Amino acid sequence: MEIAVFVKRVPMVGGKVVVTADGQDVDTRMSGFTVSPHEECAVEEAVQIVEREGGSVTVVTLGPPEAAEQLREMLALGAQQALLLETDGREWGPIATAAAIAGAVTRRADGGEAPYDLLLFGNESADTGGFQVGIRVAHALGLPVATGIKRLERTDGGLRAGREYRGVQESYDLPLPAVLSVKEGINLPRYPSLPGRLRAKRAKIGSYQPQWQAEGLRKVGLRVPQEARKRAEVLGTGTDAVPALVALLDELGVLP
Amino acid sequence: MNDIPGRASAVIIGAGIVGNSLAFHLARLGWTDLVMVDKGPMPNPGGSTGHASNFIFPIEYSKMMMELTRDSTEQYKELGVLTESGGIEVARTPERMTELHRRCTQAKSWGIPAQVLSPEEIGKLVPYLDTSVILGGGYFPTVGVVDSLRAGTLMREQAQQLGALEVLSGAEVLGIDKSAGGRVSGVRTTRGDIATDVAAICCGVWSPRIAAMAGARIPLTPIVHQMISVGPIPLFADTAGEIEYPIVRDVDTNMYERQHGGDMEVGSYAHRPIIVAPGDIPSNEEAALSPTEMPFTSDDFDPQLEQALELMPELLGDERAGIRYAINGLISMTPDGHPALGETPEVPGLWSVAASWIKEGPGIGRAVAEWMSGVTPEIDIHEADISRFYGHQRTTAHVVARAREGFNKMYGIVHPAEQWESGRPLRLGPAYERERELGAVFIETAGWERPNWYASNENLLERYAGKLMERTGEWESRWWSPVINAEHLAMRDAAGLVDLSAFAVLDVTGPGALAAVQSAAVSQLDVAAGRVVYTSLLNEAGGFVGDLTVMRLGPRHFRVVTGGATGMTDLQWFAAHLPADGTAAVTDVTSAWTTLGLWGPRARDILASATDSDVSNAGFAFGTCQEIELGGATVLASRISYVGELGWELYAPIELGARIWDTLWAAGRPAGLVPVGIGVYGTTGRLEKGYRAYGAELEGEYTIVEAGMARPKVKAQDFVGKAAYLEQRAAPPAAVLCTLTVDDHTSASGELRYMLGGEPILSTAGERLTDALGRPSYVTSAGSGPSVGKHLLLAYLPPDRAVEGTALAVEYLGERYPVTVAVAGATPLFDPANDRIRC
Repeated sequence: MEIAVFVKRVPMVGGKVVVTADGQDVDTRMSGFTVSPHEECAVEEAVQIVEREGGSVTVVTLGPPEAAEQLREMLALGAQQALLLETDGREWGPIATAAAIAGAVTRRADGGEAPYDLLLFGNESADTGGFQVGIRVAHALGLPVATGIKRLERTDGGLRAGREYRGVQESYDLPLPAVLSVKEGINLPRYPSLPGRLRAKRAKIGSYQPQWQAEGLRKVGLRVPQEARKRAEVLGTGTDAVPALVALLDELGVLP
Repeated sequence: MNDIPGRASAVIIGAGIVGNSLAFHLARLGWTDLVMVDKGPMPNPGGSTGHASNFIFPIEYSKMMMELTRDSTEQYKELGVLTESGGIEVARTPERMTELHRRCTQAKSWGIPAQVLSPEEIGKLVPYLDTSVILGGGYFPTVGVVDSLRAGTLMREQAQQLGALEVLSGAEVLGIDKSAGGRVSGVRTTRGDIATDVAAICCGVWSPRIAAMAGARIPLTPIVHQMISVGPIPLFADTAGEIEYPIVRDVDTNMYERQHGGDMEVGSYAHRPIIVAPGDIPSNEEAALSPTEMPFTSDDFDPQLEQALELMPELLGDERAGIRYAINGLISMTPDGHPALGETPEVPGLWSVAASWIKEGPGIGRAVAEWMSGVTPEIDIHEADISRFYGHQRTTAHVVARAREGFNKMYGIVHPAEQWESGRPLRLGPAYERERELGAVFIETAGWERPNWYASNENLLERYAGKLMERTGEWESRWWSPVINAEHLAMRDAAGLVDLSAFAVLDVTGPGALAAVQSAAVSQLDVAAGRVVYTSLLNEAGGFVGDLTVMRLGPRHFRVVTGGATGMTDLQWFAAHLPADGTAAVTDVTSAWTTLGLWGPRARDILASATDSDVSNAGFAFGTCQEIELGGATVLASRISYVGELGWELYAPIELGARIWDTLWAAGRPAGLVPVGIGVYGTTGRLEKGYRAYGAELEGEYTIVEAGMARPKVKAQDFVGKAAYLEQRAAPPAAVLCTLTVDDHTSASGELRYMLGGEPILSTAGERLTDALGRPSYVTSAGSGPSVGKHLLLAYLPPDRAVEGTALAVEYLGERYPVTVAVAGATPLFDPANDRIRC
């Protein structure tokens, strides 16, 4: 199966987010970058499918040249190809992003390469959390789409995708090609191996600059909301704390 | 907010390995009402202790660091948190193989188990290592790993159990208050204020930021050390504890591989130096992992991955093993690589306990706790004294430049005369340009450029051919030249001119000046004005803390002259021993005076031809100083010598220094005057005379009596260390400082080899020598003695071996060379009666 996974370079933040002085960005001077956790699971899912039935995984990102770093991280996890849709510092909202991605998918098919059978997204990005790009891409390409997926099985000629909604298990059968956005929990992503990292380092990353387009959503500024102070409760100290701790673990349902 | 103690005997800032061990040792020494504060949570508040790789190699380049590591290892062992795994430094190059021989020899000097192994032997210990990549290694069986967080917790809890310590976590320091007198008066935190007159900064990479709150500087910089953890490693699946296989230091690639349970940790000092300003470290809340576990920059590490794979292809190349953890870990680096310990010179009551690694933490905690308690630390930590830094060495530019330069040398092959390259030239004497024109080869001391020898003297090589003890070994030839020995002989034949601008010059003045210097120094300083006195400085335990000369210039005026390297600690020493009533002051006048040395049998003729002042033996006796007219300037001349020749140290206002140089040059050249470098002044001239040097022979572990420098009488007046000194004099010494000559330099390969210092002295049968106090005999200084035609070694020997004519051996690069005790005690080998000096 030919699978494309779409990832986004996002700041790696701690418990407290710091915004730059002009209020336009997250201060990343001392933080690193990563991809959204849902997307990491999407890559893992794609790699597992290809390990089972062959084909290849292409990771695609839209972002600045530095986003190549995230592509290499994903290559180290087992993706075979990478494509950078390089931006020029302008703000790319969900409409522009989806258009560029749809363009890239079409371009591949037009270029004579095997078209993608499956387009995998994370359910939402860790920074802007728009929940839109996957759906917009599916719409633009006229493909079926399911979101919030936490289970995926192969069926004859398609996929069965499952998710939970308010305690109800939902199941969707999709023909291929299809678009899915997955959520953390669908699998446990692997760590990169040393040989994987070295393969990724040597891999060639394709890139081109897609056309930007104006759209309705615009960033005015960023503000860190006032959060209620976190509270911690001391259950006890030493062995005296054991009963309370066991009760709590039981309540959380993590005890066998 | 109100539950915090309002007052503390001392506030310990920082709950890493250093703060915890300091708290424990202070409590053990009887301190009560201690308060520890940390902005982070216990037991891992987020500093460098929390991400340390926690392994300890016993071998170090510096004796102090070795002793601190040894003490720390003992303490970890007592706490039950040490697992001995053994450790191997592997060599990929012949240079490194030689270096590992040197390190194993060094280990022998200090009694550390060590052994050079073949690739096959290493393969048996580390089955997953590709032995075809290496040439061999040095094996240190006592290498171990520790649980430093657990150790810190145990020490903190012991201090609490003693009822001596209260711990405040989540308390960020907002400020340090000072009294009107400038002493620490309190520490302000986010959980409230604590009144105290002692604050100890144990804050690792944050230390400069905290010190700055009180107006003090701790010259260190946070720098990144990259580390990854790879697992699960199938081979390690059955490991019961933390580690079963020896730690491997792949020193030629600046890396290490260390088992950590089911994972292999791979760390690197090979990547580009990544400096982070202390103010830029994220807070606990902002950090994704912890403040000192910065985001991993994988591009920097990729080349190291390849090298690691080369060494352990199957184990690390396993596709099932993943990089589970990867950080840019922050560690502290100082400009000279040593910790920054002691009361800050700027703020009384503010102590720096910073720039410590896991391997030194508990040792440093103990030593500083002793120091804070007024007890002489058992380990001589003067090389870590924070007061050692000059102003320029405290600047951010200097700290960063040296940290960058030092970072990639972490596993480097460090020569005993290793030179720094960054930030030079900096401090220049007035004759610098003239020296450059003479082809001076410069070495650095405390920022000063000092000629080591002069290329212009290469013409002397022919004259002294056959007497120059030329070296063919690359190692011994580094920062060395036969020209040094030629300069030495030319000085002994005629005269030499030595630039001594790097001397630190300190004036002690005021009505209480005599009392001040008397209490600070051993020798009798209540002498007539115009006398020059050589003296040691001792701590209360009777160990050396300094060694210098004092000129009495007037009833209330003493001029202290000391080496550039120790200038700032000596300044601090005299400042600390000024009378409390404010009747004396000490001033650093180094930048006002330049010093030129003129020595040799023709020195008097040369000086006499350039001055109208009386410089005859009758008019200007040895051990005196007086002002003379020279080159149209007034110069303070001091008739002493560190090279064993007739002559003077000439002190001139710095702006007249070039003029004085020219005057002596013009007067001296017809008489055979040559420029002479520090190679002669610091080594060859000194060793032929058996003159002891502070930091080499003279250190905290040895005594005046053992150094052979006890005078017939002890002055009646009190001085620091007197009681201990009197006790030392009452008992026979446990060791005697001797001068040894090397009898045969021929190595197995036929090449002549020359020791450089640090080598073990052995019996002719090859047994290590230790004295009754367990101190091993090793070479404290080594160098040519061109006038005696021998390579000379100084070493403390047990009294039964310290007998002239005794045959012994010295080990160098794994081979033994015969040596003979030439002098037991301080009598010079060259000109034993000192006729040449006193004529």
